[in-house]
Amino acid sequence: MKRIVAIALACAATLAALPALAQDSLAKIKEKGVLTVGVKNDYKPWGFLEPSGKIVGLEIDLAQAVADKIGVKLEMLPVIAANRMEFLKQGRIDMVLATMGDTAERRKIVGMVEPNYYAGATNVLAPKSAGLKTWADLKGRKVCAVQGAYYNRRVTQMYAPELVVFPSVPDALNALQGNNCVAFLFDDTLIVSTLSGGDAKWAGYEMPLVSEDPQLWAIGIRLEDMDGPFGKLVKEMSTDWHKSGKLLELETKWGIKQSPYLIETNKKLKGGA
Amino acid sequence: MSDMIAAFFERLNETHGLNFSVFYDAFDRARFITGLWTTSYICVIAIAASLALGLLGVWIAGGQSRIGRLIVRGYVQFFRNTPPLVQLSFFYFAVAALLPTVSDGFGGRSPLVSGTGWAIIAFSLFAGAFNVEIFRAGIEAVPSTTVEAAESLGYTRLQLYIHVVLPLAFRICLPALNNNLINLVKTTTLAYAIGVPELHYAASQIWSESFNVREMMNVLLVTYVLLVAILVFVMGRWERAMRIPGYTT
Repeated sequence: MKRIVAIALACAATLAALPALAQDSLAKIKEKGVLTVGVKNDYKPWGFLEPSGKIVGLEIDLAQAVADKIGVKLEMLPVIAANRMEFLKQGRIDMVLATMGDTAERRKIVGMVEPNYYAGATNVLAPKSAGLKTWADLKGRKVCAVQGAYYNRRVTQMYAPELVVFPSVPDALNALQGNNCVAFLFDDTLIVSTLSGGDAKWAGYEMPLVSEDPQLWAIGIRLEDMDGPFGKLVKEMSTDWHKSGKLLELETKWGIKQSPYLIETNKKLKGGA
Repeated sequence: MSDMIAAFFERLNETHGLNFSVFYDAFDRARFITGLWTTSYICVIAIAASLALGLLGVWIAGGQSRIGRLIVRGYVQFFRNTPPLVQLSFFYFAVAALLPTVSDGFGGRSPLVSGTGWAIIAFSLFAGAFNVEIFRAGIEAVPSTTVEAAESLGYTRLQLYIHVVLPLAFRICLPALNNNLINLVKTTTLAYAIGVPELHYAASQIWSESFNVREMMNVLLVTYVLLVAILVFVMGRWERAMRIPGYTT
């Protein structure tokens, strides 16, 4: 009998503790001692695998900076476009730093931290022999893409290519190399860094079109964290990265051409200060 | 009628946040129907081809040629003992590169076999390997006395198979065959890994844009239950039609 009472009391205590667990993410992260971040591991040089198997990249540096600021360990969980928002909602990760485009649709589900830390636009990677000149040339032709990318739908509706969509970037790039499609639809930032990487297998390829539909990238956190201490902390850090020029430095560190968006935001924030 | 359904699901989304976009968004619906069509198409062809492969394999395996028997054994071991997803990727990413290319109609070159083509080939071979073994089990269960009796009546090997062995063997192996074909229908979801626009692919396209994972998961599950139910119904009818009163195993 005593035992049953003890168990019942323990249960009651657990239940009472539940609402406390559901609150403030920052306190929770500190308590756990770990910040779990959803990152890309196939998006060079933002988040990719080193030969040793470690995930490194520009976004990883940013994630590390946030973890250091809070004073906890960084844990990285590789995500793909199709699952990252669901992971965040379910609480499997505290933050998304995975080349995520900031769209009005997504803002209903995920908190997007401002100022946005990066900006990209849509383009294609294609062999020079394909002879693509304008977006309209894609009509009716097979174009490789990656699941969950925001531009898939827009490009399909506007230019009517036959999209062949793969689970990850390496799959799609493999398919492109195997001539399974005439072009690879993706973010121009990745295409530029792929082409400038000096890899011989991309020597015959180019980015033939004019980039379209510029899109800001944002760090994603849960909506309820947006006005909480965790959201405030990330927001402050993002502002600081722009102001101090850390983002521009990181671009140089990872061999990315300085993007107009970063230069502009850096000037704007510096001027305001 | 279809307007009413669309209006109902649109309202359901506004009032309860249950976003079944396939029922009111024309773009999503078109994608889902393409997926349904592709899946059905792959299933029908792969089922037919795997049955043909099974019959051919078991015919060769029971024949005189030693090389033929070895080839069938090798085929069964290879396709039965490796994961279908690996086979699919192997065909699409490795084998395809070795084959000649054809003109893509735009002045470029494209591979001889499309993603859907490879999916059909890989799934047919995969299910065919199991079918060889299923048919073998059926044939071995036919009483040897029955076979000997037919032989003594002067049947050739082909006649013996067509008139005596296969009709009995088929009845014995139908339950196992059912299992394998149902499995084949479910295995077709793997084709999404090589960009074949089947059901799973269509659904994941939709949920990664509309963020309605839960709703689409349910639609997907119900659709597969229906697809398998059709197959089970057809196979069940066949099984009943072939029943011989008094002959049970």
